[in-house]
Amino acid sequence: MAKDTLNSLKFLSGNQALGQGAYEEGLKVACSYPGTPATEILEYLSQFPEVDAQWSVNEKIAFEVALASAIAGLRSLYASKHVGLNVAMDPLMTSSYIGVNAGFVVVSCDDPGIHSSQNEQDNRLLARAAKIPFIEPSSPSEAKEFVQVAFKISEQFDTPVMVRLTTRIAHTKENIVIEKRKEIPARAFKLDIEKYVMVPRNAYKRHIALEKRLSKLKDYAEKSPLNKIELNNKKLGIVTSSVSYLYAKEMYPEASFLKLGFSFPFPEEKVKRFAKQVKQILVIEELEPFLEEEMKIKGIKCKAKHPSFRIGELRPEYIPDIIKGRQKTQELASARKPVMCPGCPHRPVFWALKKLKLVVTGDIGCYTLGALSPLSSLHTCLCMGSGITFFEGFKKVLDKNVVGVIGDSTFVHSGITGLINLSYNKTKGVVIILDNSTTAMTGNQPHPATGINLKGEPTKKLILEDLCLACGADTVDVIHPFKVKELEGVIKKRLDEGKLSVIIARAPCRIIEREKAAVPIYNKEKCQKCYLCLNLDCPALTKLDDGLIKIENNFCAGCNLCVEVCKLGALIKHEEG
Amino acid sequence: MKKVKVINILFCGTGGQGVLTASEVCGWAAILDGYHVKKSEVHGMAQRGGSVESHLRFGRRVYSPLIPFGQADYLVSFHRGEHGRLKNFLKAKGTDLIHYLDKAESLLQDKRQVNTFILGVLSKNLTLKQESWIKALEVVFSHKNLEENKEIFWRGRQERGG
Repeated sequence: MAKDTLNSLKFLSGNQALGQGAYEEGLKVACSYPGTPATEILEYLSQFPEVDAQWSVNEKIAFEVALASAIAGLRSLYASKHVGLNVAMDPLMTSSYIGVNAGFVVVSCDDPGIHSSQNEQDNRLLARAAKIPFIEPSSPSEAKEFVQVAFKISEQFDTPVMVRLTTRIAHTKENIVIEKRKEIPARAFKLDIEKYVMVPRNAYKRHIALEKRLSKLKDYAEKSPLNKIELNNKKLGIVTSSVSYLYAKEMYPEASFLKLGFSFPFPEEKVKRFAKQVKQILVIEELEPFLEEEMKIKGIKCKAKHPSFRIGELRPEYIPDIIKGRQKTQELASARKPVMCPGCPHRPVFWALKKLKLVVTGDIGCYTLGALSPLSSLHTCLCMGSGITFFEGFKKVLDKNVVGVIGDSTFVHSGITGLINLSYNKTKGVVIILDNSTTAMTGNQPHPATGINLKGEPTKKLILEDLCLACGADTVDVIHPFKVKELEGVIKKRLDEGKLSVIIARAPCRIIEREKAAVPIYNKEKCQKCYLCLNLDCPALTKLDDGLIKIENNFCAGCNLCVEVCKLGALIKHEEG
Repeated sequence: MKKVKVINILFCGTGGQGVLTASEVCGWAAILDGYHVKKSEVHGMAQRGGSVESHLRFGRRVYSPLIPFGQADYLVSFHRGEHGRLKNFLKAKGTDLIHYLDKAESLLQDKRQVNTFILGVLSKNLTLKQESWIKALEVVFSHKNLEENKEIFWRGRQERGG
């Protein structure tokens, strides 16, 4: 293979390919907050000096900064996971009114199958509610191609355009040939108060403009090459989109297909034309019956999946049952549960909370794993920031028996306003910030309190202690979580005080700080098989067939939490020298 | 149902065992041999010590990123529990490389090399060119780890029998 060919040949994930496509299309500004399965889009874009790429404080901010950059004249992109777009819902819903000027693409990475999320909402419904067109690639190569089309549509129709990936597309890799970047000059920003100031009178006019635009977009969708008819055997015609197309094509390559890549506004006439050419029409789509409903509303007769397939991710082997209209029966054996790493600084905090028998309102991050047995000491988790707001609600009933926990990145994302609310509404009690100095679960991205930005440059560091005091906390303690007795003591003391207290349990994530201390010594004579140590749920501790304990040297980080926990002296700290 | 000729390899193990690295090397080798390749990955919460599986498919044209149940030509496991969970993915006449896990673990001091050794075994079973494998190792491994991994890969590739 020639060297040039090899240099332009890459093995890219859907996220990376989408980033590459946007880069080639002259992207200038990209904003996001880390969240699986979307994180790698911005990580990929951060390598290009021509792109001003940032981790924003949260998705609402990311959306607004990116949209404003587009209005001011630069091609811009917002990316997040599906639930991240909920945080940006406020700007999203009015963005279709004010329009864009330079191209603006909203990337939503949905998570059918809930691999790493709190729900599996289908953001096609959000795009329809926000009245913005959306585009659904089915593979990494299409992600690259379609995002480029999205920028063109955005500029041609003066609208944000959603590109929707799913976990399976975002995290599938495929051969991709990369091309040169096009430099797109900035578009002039013209002052236009009627267009850009959404007060009632102006917004009403913009709503009229929006409805006109949607009607034009529908005509465009009818002709879009992204909506492709593949005529084959005419007995079965499958209307499908996204990765569902690939599953159906895999299992029924001989069927006829209408593959929708530009599915909203819905290309009604094209679907009707396809329906006339085949004997029977079947819709295959993941999650919500979006295409199915659009077709039924338009009076196009079709068969669709059994409602049981609205739950979870589709798989190729489900397709025959879907075609036959059967209920979902096959489920794969469940996977191993995830667990906190050996040496994880969250583990001692949950150990202490378990000992104190507290109800713990939790939040989103690695520490949500504190809910899993045997630790079982995180009791609620709804959305970003709810560790603090749920604490306030629970506090009204449970008084001293409840604490709230939240991670450092999550606190900056959505916890600050909750803390101010506690203070403002005179709530007392203890909130713990589990500060591992990174956004760990998504792969260790920096955030404002790390003092580093997406490009790896040093920047102004947010000081959490000062911030909490400014928000109205009466006391702020900073404690190393592996000093378990001290931590327990402080929690107890602060619970009894009747003040609003923040405890920052601060030690770096094991994945960023891999330094390994000596493995503890196990004295089997002293072990009475009480298995208190196993309640730590540490992957480095296992029970052998004879009932004794084994410390896996490969895994153990030498945190000595098990030494702290063992009351019998069977686990002893390995003193150097 | 008419099937497109595609080779399906299922790699499995747990977080940290190098499942994604092994499938990455194999994917590159297939790309360098001129095939269309799709490889699925697991990120995020599932990765924290949980199950990691990677479906690798290559052929003239690959549609689904997932191997249909019961269609894997090869099952490459770095963890016995995960092997048990996923063995039914294998075709009736598929090749299970689980026997090489014991061998790799007894032969290698460093457990982090198990993936590269078994990858070497897999390479012997596939028709991809040797130079593509070498080039793939060079693309995936950093300069620091390259020579060591090439050597381990080579030991796996020379392994015979089952």
